[in-house]
Order: sequence, then C-alpha cells, then structure tokens
Amino acid sequence: MSADIAAQDAARRQIWIDRGERYGLLIAWLIVIAAFGLAKPGIFLSWANFSTIFGSQAVLVVMTLGLIIPLTAGDYDLSIAGNLTLSSMTIAVLNVYFGWPIFAAALMALAVGLVIGAVNAFLVLFFRINSLIVTLGMGTFLHGITLWISNSNTISGIDFAIANVVIVTRLFGIPLAFYYALLIAAIIWYVFTFTAAGQRLLFVGRGREVARLSGIRVDQVRAATFLVSGLLGGFAGILSVGSLGAADPNSGLSYLLPAFAAAFLGATTITPGRFNPIGSVIAVYFLVTGITGLSILGISTFVQDLFYGGALVIAVCLSQLVRGRQERLS
Amino acid sequence: MTAGYSAGAAGAGNTAPAIALRIERLSKHFGGARALADVTLEVRRGEVLGLLGQNGSGKSTLIKVLAGMHAPDPGARLVVAGREVDLPLPPGEFRRIGIAFVHQHLGLVPSMTVLENLLVGEHATRANWKIGWRRQAERALALFARFGLTLDPFAPVERLSSVQRALFAIVRAFDQLEQTPEAAARILILDEPTPFLPAGDVEKLFSLVRNIVSEGASVIFVSHDIDEVAQITDRITVLRDGRVAGTLDTAGASKAEIIELIVGRTVDLAGMRPPQRELGPEAVLVNDLKGRGVAGVTFRVRAGEVVGVTGLIGSGYDDVVGMCFGAVRAETGFLTLHGAEQDLALASPHRSVGMGIVLIPGDRLAAGIVPTLTITDNVTLPVLDRFGGNVMLSRRAMRSFAAGRNEAFDVRPRSPDTLMSAMSGGNQQKVVLAKWFQMNPRLVLLDEPTQGVDVGARAQVFAEIRTMAGEGAAIICASSDHEQLAAICDRVLVLSRGRLVAELAGDAISKSAIAESCYLTADDLDRTTAKEAPAP
Repeated sequence: MSADIAAQDAARRQIWIDRGERYGLLIAWLIVIAAFGLAKPGIFLSWANFSTIFGSQAVLVVMTLGLIIPLTAGDYDLSIAGNLTLSSMTIAVLNVYFGWPIFAAALMALAVGLVIGAVNAFLVLFFRINSLIVTLGMGTFLHGITLWISNSNTISGIDFAIANVVIVTRLFGIPLAFYYALLIAAIIWYVFTFTAAGQRLLFVGRGREVARLSGIRVDQVRAATFLVSGLLGGFAGILSVGSLGAADPNSGLSYLLPAFAAAFLGATTITPGRFNPIGSVIAVYFLVTGITGLSILGISTFVQDLFYGGALVIAVCLSQLVRGRQERLS
Repeated sequence: MTAGYSAGAAGAGNTAPAIALRIERLSKHFGGARALADVTLEVRRGEVLGLLGQNGSGKSTLIKVLAGMHAPDPGARLVVAGREVDLPLPPGEFRRIGIAFVHQHLGLVPSMTVLENLLVGEHATRANWKIGWRRQAERALALFARFGLTLDPFAPVERLSSVQRALFAIVRAFDQLEQTPEAAARILILDEPTPFLPAGDVEKLFSLVRNIVSEGASVIFVSHDIDEVAQITDRITVLRDGRVAGTLDTAGASKAEIIELIVGRTVDLAGMRPPQRELGPEAVLVNDLKGRGVAGVTFRVRAGEVVGVTGLIGSGYDDVVGMCFGAVRAETGFLTLHGAEQDLALASPHRSVGMGIVLIPGDRLAAGIVPTLTITDNVTLPVLDRFGGNVMLSRRAMRSFAAGRNEAFDVRPRSPDTLMSAMSGGNQQKVVLAKWFQMNPRLVLLDEPTQGVDVGARAQVFAEIRTMAGEGAAIICASSDHEQLAAICDRVLVLSRGRLVAELAGDAISKSAIAESCYLTADDLDRTTAKEAPAP
C-alpha cells in the first residue's frame, strides 16, 4: 500500500520534472524579462523595446532554424553564416550595380543559397567527408567571394521595397520579418512532428545504419537537409538586407555562434533531447532578451560574447545531462 | 615433423622450467550461466598448443581471463614458469608475466607506419621524451630480419598485404615479450589469426610460428580450422561446454578424433526440430553470389521454407544475407524472388524493402534499433504511410498500433513510450521482429536472430519465425548457433572458404551433424555429398 503511494509520488514527481524540463527555458525567459523589467521598467518594458527585439532578430531565428535541420540528421552546416553574407551581397550587387529589380535579385539570393547547399551535399556525400570540415571551409570560402564581389565594402542604396516588406511594415507593432521567421518555424515544426519525412530525418540522425537497413535513402535525406539549410541561409540573407537596407560583407559572420547556441539551447526545451524549431525560437529570444537587458543596464558590449559563448557550452552540458538522465531512467 | 619440435624443445637442456604456463581448476560463471568449469591445462616451453572448441565452448572466456578482462571464480590457480601468480590478473598484468596476444583483427592502425605500430605498446606505458626514430628503425629491421620479414619500417601499415600485416602483428607481439625481460615466460596467444588469409599465405604464418617457438617461446594457437591446427601444433586441448574435453598429441591424432572431441556425442532433443509440413513452390533463387568472403554460391528457397546458412569464422556464411539484402554490395550475383530479378551488385536496402525483402540484422544496437527512441518510433518506421505520413501523421494511431504490436509479440514493458535502451536484448529483438513482420515480407533474411537474447525470448523468436514461414515467407537464416539452426531450419547450407560444401535436410539435421559439417573443407566435398543421401 505505502509502496503504491511512494510509486505514485515518484511518478508525480517525474511528471513535474518532465514539465520543468519542457518549459524551463520559457520560464527562464519570463524571469529574465521580469528581472530587467523591475530594474529598468521605463525602458525595458516598453513595446518599442520588444518590437525591436522581435523584429531585429528574425535573421538569427531563420539561421538557427536552418541549422537544426542538418543537425537533426547528424550533420553540421557551418557555412550558413558565409551563405548569409554572400546571398545578401548578391542582392546588393545585382540591385545596386547591375540594376536588377529587387524581386529578381532576392530570388537570385535564394538560388545562391540552394547552390551552396547542393555543393555542400555533394562534397559531404560523394567524397564521404565529415560535414564539419566541408562546411567550415565552405563558410570561409563564401566569405572570400563576398569580400571579392563587394571590394570589402558595405553596399547601401538598395531598393527600399525590400525594407518595406521586411522591417518597415508592421503587424501588431512588430515588423513582418518576425512573422516570416515564425511561419518557417511552424512549417518545420509540422514536418518534424507530423510527417513521415520528419520521422525519417530523426532516424537518419539517431541511427544512420538502422535507417539505411530500414530502406530509407539516407543520402537523399542528408542531401535534402543541406539544400534546405542552404535555402534558409539565402532567405536569412534577404531578411538581413531588408533589416539593414544594405549589405555588409562582415557582420553576418557574427551570427554563427549565436545560432549554434540557440539551436543547442533550444534542444533542451519543448521536446528535450531533440533539436526543435519552437525551442530554437524561444532560445533566440531568451538570449537576445538577456543581452538587450544587460546593455540597457549599461554593461558594455563584451557581454554579448560572454552570453552567447557561455550559453552554447551550458546548453551542450544541459543536453548531455538530459540524455544521461533519460538513459538512467531506462 | 610437429612431434619433432616438442622433442627438440624438451631436449634443449635449458634451465627454464619445462612448463611455461599452467592453469588449474579454472571456473567462471556469468550470473547463473557457466562459461568455464574446472579447466586445467598446461603449455610447455617451446611448444605450440592448439586450443579448439565450438562457439560458446569457453575459449574466449579463457583467453579473457588471461588478459585480465574477466575475474575467474575463486579457487583457480595460475602458475607461470613455476611461479604462482595471483588471480584475478589486474588489467595489463599479462605483459609483466610474459604473455602477449594477437587477436583476429590484429590491433594495427592502418594509417600509421610499421614503426609507429611497433612502438605503440612501448609508448603507451613508458614516458619517452626523445624518440630516436633512426635507432628504432634499425632495431625494427634487425627484428624483422630475424624472422625473415622484409618490411619498410616507414611504410604505412595499410600498404602491407593481409599476410604481411598478420606476420607483423605476430612479430610485434613477440617483440613486446622480449621487451619485458623481467617476465618469467614468453607465451604468445594467437586468437584466430588465419581465417582472413588466403590458403597459401597461412604457410608463411606457420613458418613464423615455428621460428618463434624455436627461440624457446610458447604459442597458444586458437583456431576453428582443424587442418591448420593439425599442421602447426604439438598438442591440442579441446574445450566443450566450458570443460576440457580432452588433450591430444597432434602427431597421433586423426581428424575424425579431433572433430569428435569438439562436437561430442550430444543427444539432440527431438522436440527441437520444426514440425514436418508442406512447403510451397520455389520462391527464391540466389544465383552465383560472389563478394566479400563468398566465392560463388547458388541456392534456392521454397515458399514457407527456413534455410540456414552456416560455417566457421571466415567461411563467408555471415556475408550471405547482407549481400542478398543489398546492405553490402556483392561483386556479382542475382536474386530472384517470385519471378522478380534483382542484380545484387546494384542492390540497395531501399529496393529490397520495396520487393518485399526484410533483414533482421545481427548487430542489434548499431543496425536494428535506435536505442534513444521509443518503441513506437522504432516499430512504425517502415510503415509510416499507414498513419498518414504523407500529409498528417497521427501520433495517436502510431502509438496504439505500437501498443497492439507489443501485445502480439509479448514485448515487456508493454508501454509503447518505453525507450528501446530501457529493454532487455530479448524484448528489443521482439520489437525488431514486430517492426519487420508487419510488412508481410516474402523473403526474410535473419542474421544471428537470437544473439544476446535470453532463453524465453529465444523460444518466442523461433515461434515467430515459424509463423512467418507458415504464412508462406521464404526465410534465410545465417547463424553459427547450430542448436538454433537445428531448431528452426528445414535445410542447412554449410560454407567453407566461400563455397557451399554441404547441405543437410530433414532428419539429417541435428546440432552435431551441422557442427561436424562445418569442420569439413572443400577438399572433403566428395565425402559430404555421399553423406547427403538419407543415412540408415
């Protein structure tokens, strides 16, 4: 009888632990907001501040979403930041120097992203090289092309139409860029959760040999993830041009580490142990909120590096803990 | 000739004790299961002792006790060169008492040079702040010359031929013995060094072994191949079911005598044979399959028939099912299933699954299941389209389907949300069967289907296989577990050196008959075909 009660207690405790894990990051985010709100209510808790946070970080959200797809299949795409700089520079060069209509230039940026994904996939799958190395080299290579075609200059004067549809037009006070990012997150969430393709992707990442022997065409799945991350890198380039009204050959690179931090931090929440789009979105805004709050408090810019770098390491440690606990429970 | 060696060593007039190593009353239990029982054996100085026995006879446990990987049950004694050594051996202690191992996979790093591989043991245990590469290379060349090897110390190991690698690994082990002068004995344990060597090259390995024992060292030669053992050893100790079945002087032993010691006269249980039944028409033709260890094999399987494929290590039997499925590419070969032909040089698992072929892999944790996912995820993977996978996957339907499969296959724990890593090997295997048998396959390929499966689950796996056969599937089962083959197979094919050498059917199948056939080689083929005729 008492053993029954103890077991029930343990089961109830387990449910709470699970919930804590699932919503921990969301709760932490709310706590961070509350803390900064108490410290600087006038500035921090203003709608303007939040709409800036939401709108300005859409690029980072899209990049993070681009990363979690190959990550789920067990591959890295470190070239996504180089992809972003090159595709945004492509828009600038085509639109400003060659007079292409902005719409065509934006389509070209997506095409550039896709080609990068295809080349990554080819190198990784045909030569059987570790994706970490291939995409590390590819990212730097792309940055080189960006510097070359831009003469290492920021190119401004891009057709204002792109800024209009990305950052200027607002819905409920938040720039459209935010909703684009949410839409992509929702699509990925649907594919991960409710399609056979998502299940196959998961198996390719967790047990490549099991997937192969189950009749899944592992190489096709992996190639597709590189194509999608390439495409999302290109889309992040469009959002970046729209947000800045210009293309900067360097600043995009600084997104890489935050995107990884958010991807791994996001994997500790919502569906702990799995890379997931909703967790990724929450993780991005958690990190950005913290950084924004600290800079409002007057702490200087090194805090960004402390925050992102620390978050990446802590997130990976946390996910290891979660995995260890799941295995111990077994 | 072999007898002459032991006589020569004994008459060498050396002061070292004649017994290099003696094991007394060695027993080992794993939980309730007995792996070794009261084993006593000795290895003399300057001799080659053959250690023979079937899979599960206790050979590897014995070797692992000497390697310090298993602690034996209390009461065992180990005497090395007259000195008592405390058991269990701490890991690595075998080096200090003068034992070195060469395992089947040799333990060489292919991308590193011969010299680096030679010195790896030394660098692992001793600090060395200035490696004199040239001096070491000279020493290596002298060592190789002593044994008639011509190897470039600076060539990467991957450029050596397979026999050169085996010879080098043995010389390296011998060198490690010599680098331990404080050790009382020099005992080299060769654990199945030959199965992947071409027949002609085995002779080179043997002359190296003779060289080594002529220097006063001892060799324990573990093998399945009776012909080789008869050729190289001075004495043979045979293990069977964890006990010493007998020790023979090689010179006076016949092959039949050795086989009988290995196999024993076990009585096969009548109830362990599948019931007689009507088989369907021919369903599968595997035509001229070549690749890996298989050198051209053709066979047919009828609908509802269970065909076993077996042989010794290195005979190629374990490559057959992987190539039939396309998991491993064949060099040549065709598989015809109910009239549909597939070129096995181009086959892929994807295509095979599409044809109605499934593979239950042997390495469950790496190839059968994903341990970090749930039963539901694992069991529904090949049939996601049934749950609306193309539009909107119904998680609820997947879960309740998995629950139904758990019920049908008696998987414990029952909850479909259980992580695979939380289950016993037997229950994991039930999930693997549940995953594949739901596809109504027309050809089921099994690779060691009950490896790491407990006794209760094993009986159930057999029953499920029989049910599948009863529904008209053709079944091919690769296994070295002869009892299992006797329990489920209508026919058993035996391979040796990549070729079919025996076929047992019906009442001719028994655990011991299969084991006996495995020790036959292609040379004995004529005798085998005679055996196939129904014996009185």
